[in-house]
Amino acid sequence: MVRETGPASDAVPNLVNLLPSVRAMPLADDAPRIGVLALQGAFVEHANALGQLGARVSEVRQVAQLSDDLDGLVIPGGESTTMAIVARTLNMVEPLQAFVRSGRPVFGTCAGLIFLSDRATGQKIGGQSVLGGLDVTTHRNFFGSQIESAERPVELCGALAPGKGKGKAIVAVPFRHAFIRAPAVIHAGDGVQVLATLAADPREQALLEEQHQKGGLHAGDATRVIVGVQQGSLLATAFHPELTEDLGWHEHFLRMVSEHAASKQREGSASKRKRAAK
Amino acid sequence: MAKGNGVANGEAVVPATHADGTGTWKVKAGLAQMLKGGVIMDVVNAEQARVAEEAGAVSVMALERVPADIRRDGGVARMSDPKMITEVKAAVTIPVMAKVRIGHFVEAQILQHLGVDFIDESEVLTMADDELHVNKNKFTVPFVCGARNLGEALRRIAEGATMIRTKGEAGTGNVVNAVHHARAMNKEIRRLSSMDPDEMFNFAKEIGAPYALVKQTAELGRLPVVNFAAGGVATPADAALMMQLGMDGVFVGSGIFKSDNPQKRARAIVEAVTNFNDPAVLARVSTDLGAPMVGINCEDMKVHFSKREAGNMEEGADHNGVVKKAKNVW
Repeated sequence: MVRETGPASDAVPNLVNLLPSVRAMPLADDAPRIGVLALQGAFVEHANALGQLGARVSEVRQVAQLSDDLDGLVIPGGESTTMAIVARTLNMVEPLQAFVRSGRPVFGTCAGLIFLSDRATGQKIGGQSVLGGLDVTTHRNFFGSQIESAERPVELCGALAPGKGKGKAIVAVPFRHAFIRAPAVIHAGDGVQVLATLAADPREQALLEEQHQKGGLHAGDATRVIVGVQQGSLLATAFHPELTEDLGWHEHFLRMVSEHAASKQREGSASKRKRAAK
Repeated sequence: MAKGNGVANGEAVVPATHADGTGTWKVKAGLAQMLKGGVIMDVVNAEQARVAEEAGAVSVMALERVPADIRRDGGVARMSDPKMITEVKAAVTIPVMAKVRIGHFVEAQILQHLGVDFIDESEVLTMADDELHVNKNKFTVPFVCGARNLGEALRRIAEGATMIRTKGEAGTGNVVNAVHHARAMNKEIRRLSSMDPDEMFNFAKEIGAPYALVKQTAELGRLPVVNFAAGGVATPADAALMMQLGMDGVFVGSGIFKSDNPQKRARAIVEAVTNFNDPAVLARVSTDLGAPMVGINCEDMKVHFSKREAGNMEEGADHNGVVKKAKNVW
């Protein structure tokens, strides 16, 4: 019996965040300024998700738009190969790396995770790491081609484990997130905090075990696939919170941004006091 | 339907959604969202696919002959040899698309089995069914379909297409039809958005589209799925023109590998789509590209791909899109 996913004669599901939300908040004077890398991909969806949380969002298509005024940066989903080639053509790789090193928070989803990974496998011929910064090895297209793309339940752990989150809770745990030709983290360094995993199916488990034998896995647990990580100011997911109602990840990112801004301010006033004392 | 051999039409396919969460609307429409702001390029072999990937294509369309050659050769154009599609898939890491004939759901089953990432049910190939398109809701793999106006787009979405493209007139290197289709769609959506809800029932009937999708489009002020430009795009300026007309991305068919310097032109079109609003960038990337493909004036054509729609051929056109007494060339 054939079941149908589709709408039959009904409307189709609205694509979340494709259009600005009516729930977008008015901008406060001190709204965080977030750049969204807009070389290719689903950057509009991120901008609209952040808009709902009261961030002041601007698109970054050229070096000049990657300004010092930005408090944080989002690298969206899209085709990582394309985004890397366009970034190189526009001489944006070094400015983006400088942004990552500046300590201002950066949030990457899907292709964005690949961008931020120190090591990536399954790249195109001659592929190389793009920006780096996250001490992880990421496997491109870990789940296979589009027919393997799926909505799957994601378990939160670490700082985001249920009951541990500071601000508002992430909606419905475990939330079913969209993995679209998605990558996965197959090795995470010691300084990396795992924030989200999902249960590996037999094929994925075999793939993880094979990688484990090659190089050693974080925690050596091949029953779970690592799909969300944080290391200092860098946050990345293999899936697309921007395509869903789950604003928790963007909220967490904006918390990182405001904490970073606050610590900068403390540093600033401390050095001012020091100067005054001299 | 008669169950002559025990198989009802198309039921040989695996169910579209599985317990494991594959094949949902979100992941099918979501891949199209990931392709936004990108260029999808026609390639006829693995080598061209590599050139396209290196130039920054977001995806490649694997087909045996580009539309310009299909137009020249005539005859029946069908799904490509799986061998060629598999070779292209092995050569690149970006998503691979392939075309099936309108209504040919078995070609679609074959492509889904091959693990193609997106299927284009395309008017560029010869039609296999003159009344029905493929019921795309039955498939796990997502589909893109051409549309020359809002009604056609919504009919395809109702059948399960999670991505739409303008039909343009593929293989001509002439962007006029793509512009015509994009503007027609924009105009209809604007008109719809300002409509009294009472008028929408009749509008749905007039354009031959399901009322629910008409109402949804009115509420959104755009198509409910990603919408690309296709057909006749040959230069970076053509691509930027389509982006400024509100398209989410661009297909380039014959335009790249029928030109003098495919590598350079492909890169230029990719850059033009990212910075479609910046004339300085467009001027730079348009410079010194060598000769573009030779164009065809649409008035001189015998076969109009864009007039092909199962069950709804344009007036005066036969099932091949051949127009005896042309009223217009769109």
